[in-house]
Amino acid sequence: MPEGAATPELARVTSRWAVDGSHTIDGYRSSGSYAGYESIKAALDMTPDQVSGLVKDATVLGRGGAGFPAGVKWGFCPPGVWPRYLVVNGDESEPGTYKDRILMERDPHQLIEGCLIAAYAIGVAQVFLYVRGEMAHAQERIAAALNEAYAAGLVGKNILGTDFSVDIVLHWGAGAYIVGEETALIESLEGNRGMPRLKPPFFPAAKGLYMAPTIVNNVETLANLPWLVAHGVDEYRSVGTEASPGTRLIALSGHVNTPGVFEVPQGTTTFRELFESEQYGGGIRDGHHLKMFIPGGASAPWFFPEQVDLPLEGRVIGGEGSMLGSGAIVVMDETTDAVKACLRVVRFFARESCGKCAPCREGTTWEEKILQRILDGHGRPSDLDLLLDVADNISPGPYPTAAHPDAGLEAVPFPPRQTTICPLGPSSVAPITSAIRRFRPEFEAKITKRDSIPVSAAPAAPAPTPTAQGHH
Amino acid sequence: MARFSAANEQLARSIVSRYPLPKSATIPLCHLAQEQDGHLTDDAMGHIAELVGCTAAEVLGTASFYEMFKRHETGTYCVNVCTNISCLLLGGEELLEHAEQKLGVRPGGTTADGMFTLEDVECIAACTEAPALQVNYRYFHQITTDEFDQLVDDLRAGKLADEIPPHGTLGKVRQEIPADKVANITPPEQQTEPVWIARHRLAAEAAAPAEGGES
Ligand SMILES: Cc1cc2nc3c(=O)[nH]c(=O)nc-3n(C[C@H](O)[C@H](O)[C@H](O)COP(=O)(O)O)c2cc1C
Ligand code: SF4
Ligand code: FES
Repeated sequence: MPEGAATPELARVTSRWAVDGSHTIDGYRSSGSYAGYESIKAALDMTPDQVSGLVKDATVLGRGGAGFPAGVKWGFCPPGVWPRYLVVNGDESEPGTYKDRILMERDPHQLIEGCLIAAYAIGVAQVFLYVRGEMAHAQERIAAALNEAYAAGLVGKNILGTDFSVDIVLHWGAGAYIVGEETALIESLEGNRGMPRLKPPFFPAAKGLYMAPTIVNNVETLANLPWLVAHGVDEYRSVGTEASPGTRLIALSGHVNTPGVFEVPQGTTTFRELFESEQYGGGIRDGHHLKMFIPGGASAPWFFPEQVDLPLEGRVIGGEGSMLGSGAIVVMDETTDAVKACLRVVRFFARESCGKCAPCREGTTWEEKILQRILDGHGRPSDLDLLLDVADNISPGPYPTAAHPDAGLEAVPFPPRQTTICPLGPSSVAPITSAIRRFRPEFEAKITKRDSIPVSAAPAAPAPTPTAQGHH
Repeated sequence: MARFSAANEQLARSIVSRYPLPKSATIPLCHLAQEQDGHLTDDAMGHIAELVGCTAAEVLGTASFYEMFKRHETGTYCVNVCTNISCLLLGGEELLEHAEQKLGVRPGGTTADGMFTLEDVECIAACTEAPALQVNYRYFHQITTDEFDQLVDDLRAGKLADEIPPHGTLGKVRQEIPADKVANITPPEQQTEPVWIARHRLAAEAAAPAEGGES
């Protein structure tokens, strides 16, 4: 089964995936596309500003979903305000996403060294490595790696004999998707229910953990730093495009012959290449053809066969009305029931809504109920408009409803607008508008099928009794 | 039982000491309590409240938000079958139905012998390995119905006891920070500019006289 990078030159964060023992400190030092724990030495010979400059010049894009440049984010910490914290987002739970877990299980020292480089540059007092609760093995690997690194004097007090000192603490969650959202992650780390905070004013870089400036970065974002320091800006930018340089990890799942997690050049690789190349997906499941695909995790609006030649370039995908998000591509062939797929994704958001805002808490629940009854053959002709009306309350349209019959692909706003505190609620709308826009006849067929449900020749309905009616 | 044992209380205190503010240790301590008792008891939550400096109600408030904390006894093995989108496409629902029949319980239910609790869960980050499931948060990739039956039989026979600890235990390796290696963990208000940042700032200021000073 193919996995990781197609060629050794492309293997930056995946260079130790196939190496036995790469999770130990010795394995990390003696294998891979750069020498482990040499990058932090090199960084310590630079000034913190030079290290930040490197990350900025390379344009290291965030890999957690929003694709925001890490160097720019670090610069948002208000000057002269201390302490600053670094929180590593290892909560990976966006449906379709599978990369941070492998990075943590197979190369934990790479992540630790990335944390050290970031902490040195930003001026961080303490790092919290927040790992998803359900990932027991990743927690074990990181705990063992941290124990080794502390013992070797690479983490803790006076690192490598210098005045740079930082603690890295492994923390883990307990099962809640919303905790991946950065302000909810911070609430959770403070020991509270993981409910997002309103931005503004609570942008973490200004008011984060304990109201102190806090940088939240994804696991993969930080895992890129040791390679970057070892190889420099020019080499980092030697693959990919001007706006999206470097490589990124893509989890390709669903109806392809060889699903897997691949490290590919950003910006230049196309969906077609991923789906069809023998090095990656190896083609749509034999004997079948593509119906639709999700380009960037469950929150992303769906794409269709005419979009397979688009490159994995955030701006291009954004212009087409979707996003690359967390690098999760889910491929669905013609056997897939669009209504069922839509319901399954919406049900996820309904289950995971934190309940803080009414449009999301109530709206996602209604969306799920309506879709479920359509799937069960109990849908009503007005249900599609009702669905889009509920969607409109969470994320204002226009949507292709009876009132706006001509509203097409362009009309649905992207990025979605929101009446909510965080983007989870609006994310539930993406599968609905995607599916209805493209597969309206499938929904309608299920709704009219209602007529074919055998209705026994029931006796005439009894007249309602006065008491049953009574709202006195 | 229920409150922390002496050994676990000591462990709990060392966990609390890793955070700038004690309340941050709430979730790790709930996990520790669950490791001790298999689920999260009222007495444990009371003890956690004492250790992190809040009320038992606040601990419950936090714990009840998170799916992994069980307020009631669960099976020795918690079997979580993913039915989210990537797994759905490759048989996750059929696997769940098969699991219901094999175990004789619906999702959320526990077998009469107390061995298994079955759960229907959201994406567990194994999407390219669909259909996937976890037993006590340990992964099993691309599981067929036959393999599922074998897995259940092996678990019942105790064959996997070394690899899969009973429900409640997560990582079998703990982070340990030797006291003499701790860099600087204090409450946020006691923190000042890090020394290496100050050193570079002073050096930069010495090299280039303060802006505006020469005009
Ligand atoms: C509902 C929701 C869930 C999220 N889940 C994750 C997650 O599991 N992992 C992650 O790294 N970022 C997640 N994010 C994005 C984070 O809020 C944050 O932008 C990211 O961790 C920043 O890291 P980066 O700049 O390095 O990408 C999520 C965002 C939202 C709105
Ligand atoms: S949008 Fe949903 S998940 Fe986000 S804060 Fe509001 S209720 Fe919570
Ligand atoms: S969808 Fe099942 S593991 Fe991600």
